[in-house]
Order: sequence, then C-alpha cells, then structure tokens
Amino acid sequence: MSDKKPILEFKDIHVEVEGKEVVKGVSMTINPGEIHAIMGKNGSGKSSLSNALMGHPSYTITKGEAYLKGESILDMEADERSRAGLFLAFQYPLAIPGVTVANFMRAALKSHRGADADMSDFRKLFKAAMTDLSVDQSFATRYINDGFSGGEKKRIEVLQMSMLNPAMALLDETDSGVDIDAIKIVSEGINRYQSENNGVLMVTHYQRLLNYVKPDKVHVMMDGKFVLTGGPELALKLEESGYEWLNEEKTGV
Amino acid sequence: MSESLKKQNLELSKLNEDYESKYGFHDPVDYFHKGAKGINHEVVEMISKMKKEPKWMAEIRHEALEVFYKKEMPKWGNDHILNEIDFDDIYYFMKPIDAQKDNWDDVPEYIKKTFDKLGIPEAEKKFLGGVSAQYESEVVYHSMQEDLVKKGIIFLDMDSALREYPEIVREHFGSVIPMTDNKFAALNTAVWSGGSFIYVPKGVDVGIPLQAYFRINAENMGQFERTLIIADEGAKLHYIEGCTAPVYSTNSLHTAVVELKAMDDAYIRYTTIQNWSRNIYNLVTKRASAYKNSTIEWVDGNLGSRLTMKYPCVQLLGECAKGEILSVAFAGVDQHQDAGAKMIHAAPNTSSRITSKSISKDNGRATYRGMVKIHKNATGAKVSVECDALLIGEDARSDTYPTMEIDNDQVRVEHEARVSKVAEEQLFYLTSRGLTEDEARLLIVNGFMEPFTKELPLEYAVELNRLIELDMEGSIG
Repeated sequence: MSDKKPILEFKDIHVEVEGKEVVKGVSMTINPGEIHAIMGKNGSGKSSLSNALMGHPSYTITKGEAYLKGESILDMEADERSRAGLFLAFQYPLAIPGVTVANFMRAALKSHRGADADMSDFRKLFKAAMTDLSVDQSFATRYINDGFSGGEKKRIEVLQMSMLNPAMALLDETDSGVDIDAIKIVSEGINRYQSENNGVLMVTHYQRLLNYVKPDKVHVMMDGKFVLTGGPELALKLEESGYEWLNEEKTGV
Repeated sequence: MSESLKKQNLELSKLNEDYESKYGFHDPVDYFHKGAKGINHEVVEMISKMKKEPKWMAEIRHEALEVFYKKEMPKWGNDHILNEIDFDDIYYFMKPIDAQKDNWDDVPEYIKKTFDKLGIPEAEKKFLGGVSAQYESEVVYHSMQEDLVKKGIIFLDMDSALREYPEIVREHFGSVIPMTDNKFAALNTAVWSGGSFIYVPKGVDVGIPLQAYFRINAENMGQFERTLIIADEGAKLHYIEGCTAPVYSTNSLHTAVVELKAMDDAYIRYTTIQNWSRNIYNLVTKRASAYKNSTIEWVDGNLGSRLTMKYPCVQLLGECAKGEILSVAFAGVDQHQDAGAKMIHAAPNTSSRITSKSISKDNGRATYRGMVKIHKNATGAKVSVECDALLIGEDARSDTYPTMEIDNDQVRVEHEARVSKVAEEQLFYLTSRGLTEDEARLLIVNGFMEPFTKELPLEYAVELNRLIELDMEGSIG
C-alpha cells in the first residue's frame, strides 16, 4: 500500500521575479505514482513556478501554500527542500569549474544521507547510474557541466535524480536542446526512476518528451495561470494546433 | 575517483580561521644573539663578523646597503602599506642558538616543539629527501638522506655553503638577481642570513622533494633568507618552501631573494606555500635563469601576510627553454596579495605559460601584475597567460595589470583574463542538491583552486584545502 497523502500539493501559488508577478495563483495535487506535465509557451511562468517551488532566492512566493508529503516547504531553504525529497532538473544546468561530477555527486548524496553516513557503496551506485544513462565513465572526473553538450547536461541531471531518488521530481524543459537519441535515454531514465511511491512533474514546451514518458495529467499554463487541465490527449492537441486556440477559448473570441 | 581526491574533498576547506591557535603561538626565547633594532653599516659588519665570512662577501654587503639607501620605495604594488614599514624598528639579525644541528635530538626543546607543531619532522619522515628549518635568521636544523649525499647532491643552508663552497657561491651569488634590481633585493643582499643552497650534479634526478621551512618567532623581526639553487646539465629537482609566524600587534618583515639556475636540459620546480601571519610584510624577489632545453616551474601559493609583493620570474636564455608559473593568491580581511609573474623570452623557440588564480574575500585585495617580454631574437616563442579572479562578497577587490612587450612578430601569444563572482545561480544549483550554502561556496572555491592544488604533493593539497575551509567559514557571499 502506498501512502495516500499527496506527494506534492500546492494551492494558489503566486510568484514574483524582480517585483513582477509571473505566476498568478496556481494549484495542483500530485498523488503517489502520478506523472503530471505543465505545458505552455515561453514566458508563461512554468519555469518560474518550478524554480520557486525549489526555493530559488530570486523567485519569491508572495502568496499560497506548498506541501511535500504533507509538510509545508515554503519556510525551507533550497537545501532543506532537497533533503526533504524535492528535486529540480534544471533547464540550464550550471558549470562549476574544478568540481568533478563524482565529487559533486558524492557531496550531494552525503548531504542527503548525513555527515556520518557510510559512503562505501557510492562508487558502485555511481557507476551503475552512469551505465544506465549511457554516460561514459570518463565523465566522473570531468568538471560538472563544464563544456558539456546539451544532451550530456540533461543526462547528468537525470543521473543526479536517479542517485538522490527524490520523492518528487520537477523536470524543467528536460527535453530542450537535446537530440532524439538523448531524449530516449533521458526518458528511459525518468521511467526507471518513476514508481508508485514518487511523483513527477514535467515542465515542457513541446509534446515530444511526453511520447516517451506518459503523463496522467496535463496542465496548460498561460500568463501565469493554468487555463486548462486534461489527460494526455491534451498534449497531442497542443502539438497539432499550437497554443493559439486556447487564447481564443480563454478570451471567448 | 582517487583516494586523494576523496580525502581532499572530505577535508574541504576554510582558510586560516584557526591561524592564531595553530601557527600564531610564539616561544619566549633567550637568544644567543639579538642585536639592536635598525639598519646601518655597523649592523652589516656585525652580521658578517658573526658569520666569519670571507672579505668579498662583507664588501658585497656594504655596497648593497648603499644601494638600499639610494633606491626609492616601489611606487606600485601598495605604496600605502609599504610606507608603513619603519626600517628603524626592525631587528635585522637574531641568532637563536650557537650552532646548527643535524640531529633532531640536539635541537633545543622550544624550537623542536615549534617545528613539531608545524608537522616538519613528520613530513621529513614521510616524503622528503631533505629538510632545512630556519628559525629567525639562521637554519637551526638541517638533514638530508644519505643516498642523496652519495649522489653528490649538495643541500646546505646558505651560511654553511659559503663556508664550504665559497667558489661556487661567489660565482653564482647575485648573478640572477643583482643587488641593484630593487630596494628590497638590495636590503636582502646587505643583511642576508640563512636560506638554502642546492647544487644537483649533472644528470642527477633528486627524485623526492627537498624542503625548507621558515619560521619567524620574534616581534619586529626581519627575516632575510637567501636561496640559490643550481641544477647542472640534465639534473632534476623539486624544492618546497613553507612559512608561518606568530600573530603580533606589530609587523615583521620577510624579504627573501631566491635565485635559480637550470643549466641545459635541467628541470627545477620550486613550490611555495606562503602562509605568514597577517602582520608580515612579504616582499620577495624570485628569479630563475633557464638555459637550453631546460624547464623552470614556479608553483606559488600566497595565503598569508599583510602585504605580499612577489613576481616570480623566468629568464628564458637558451633555445627551447620552458617556463611555467602557476600562482594562487587568497586575500582575506585587510590583506593585499600583489602577486604575479614575469617571463623574459631571450632565445628562439622558448615557451612559457602563466596561470594566475586569485580569490578575494571580505575587504581583501588581490592583484595580478604580470610582465611578458619577448626579445627580438626570440623567434618562435610561445606565450600563454591566463588570469582568473574570484570575488566573494561586495567589498572584495581584484585588479589585473598585464604588460606585454613584444619585439618579434613571429611569436604566438595568448592572453585570457576573467573575473567572476560566486554566482547566486551556482549556489542555487548546488544547494538544490542538498548542500548547505557554506558547503556550496566552499565547493566552488575549491573547484576554482583545483588547477593549483592538483600540482601540490598530496599532503600540501590536503593542508591547503583545510586552510581554505577555515578561512571560508561563515563568510558572507
């Protein structure tokens, strides 16, 4: 029996960036085992929402509530949210010169396990995760995201997710800047991670990732609000017809 | 991932917050000899007499003192701090014990304790071929492994070298850095005491590093060691120096002169971990002459001192000679690290690389001051200069003053300079993975230093990371 409490639940979230409101009251409930997708055009507020939920200091949540496994997260710093089980795969992962992928991953895993935790299994886990995501072993000693291609960066993001095994994964445009082979690899990684006990929220402009990772629900975001929620068929319709018909529907023209 | 990297990462870093408890102690000492403060010809004469030097050296000293009087203070670097120096308020010569020891048991207890605390005997046992420990003006302990002696390697303190090999010293002393080079080189030449002398015979590879450790103990002390290293044709050598001093309210002066000579096909690496307390003016002249096919590498870490002005130099005098300068500076509260590099290309097909990395934190200030000179005859010279500065906090400061003088158009020159702040985006990326903000900042700083730390012997790399960790503790980003 899986836990019946929602993995992630947020209500009436408003987000401000540099004094401007970019998310204007959105709500969602993600139950264990569910995959949700937020679709929307650039500038619709979907990336701002995921950054704000993760605790980015430039994205201020001015109103609303957010709970991870029933626990309020809005007073937590980003690192506390991470250790509580929230994960964000970045749209633009940052390079940290001089810090190897292995050292970075070890530090991250250790922060989750606690300072005195036994890390003797790290090497094995890390190697297995690299193999799963077709990441060459040489990446272990490369500096994180330094000179990586788009596809390599996204694979390393999913690798981090699989190793930290969070309760709730936010995937921000994990399909952007990635060729079709990499999309397949990344999708397999997401599907491997996904289980009855965790939640996935994919934020994407395009439908193509959703061909490989099947969402239970699709939310369409425009101008900081969810304007429509439906099943996977909604994603297909957006792919065929674009976002314009929604504009008309919303404004009643 | 190697064990060493793991270890470095575990000991992740915070610079010098525990300096006072770890290195900042001082010993109450009855000095064998402690002259009066101030500098004049009598002081110079006294030093020379106590050392029972040959007359020619005494003459060099007196001449250099006149040069010191005449030379003006440098007008660059940080003349505000430089002009704080009161040359009349400094002890120029302090002799802690009557004679140098080559047996650790014979070293007086208080000095032994000092070097024990600093981990010198331990390092000697573990990975060094020879050790020299200087306390105030003179080397108090010196030893070298038997098999290195058998290979004909000479590793002595400079005073002993002058007694035992006066002709070699006379030939090379001041041949790379003349007394007229600058005011502080003149001062060193006038009152020098201690330092290392190394001669590696033709074709001999020393194999394991030789190390010297310099300790200032007294207040208002001036330490003026003089180092001369000669690697004869095809010889190879790695020399390491470290230094610390107690924390006092008044300042002390450290003014060294270091001359290196790499003859044809020779190789010298000179590694410095400068960790003086923040009441030391560190004004050092370091220069190397590289002959045909030889290689000189300066690996220069500056963590301590109030003001450091130091620009290691390689004169590429023989065809295909190579020079490399890798320097790191960490400027914390009230510190100014004015460090840099000089490459003089004076022969064809010479190549050089300068990599400078600086971190400024709080109101600390780091300056890169560099000079690359390519003479007319240096056809085919290759130069690469890379300067990277990292700022932590709003008040930190970094300046870059690169100078290039190129008198030959058949050369390849690359120059890159970057200043970056520990960015909020990088911090967010790391904290979103569970690292605290302090851990994240530390990881970024360690990563920035990595090209430097990976060049150090493991023991030093671990120590350096630990020092950085201490200094980073509770820093405001």
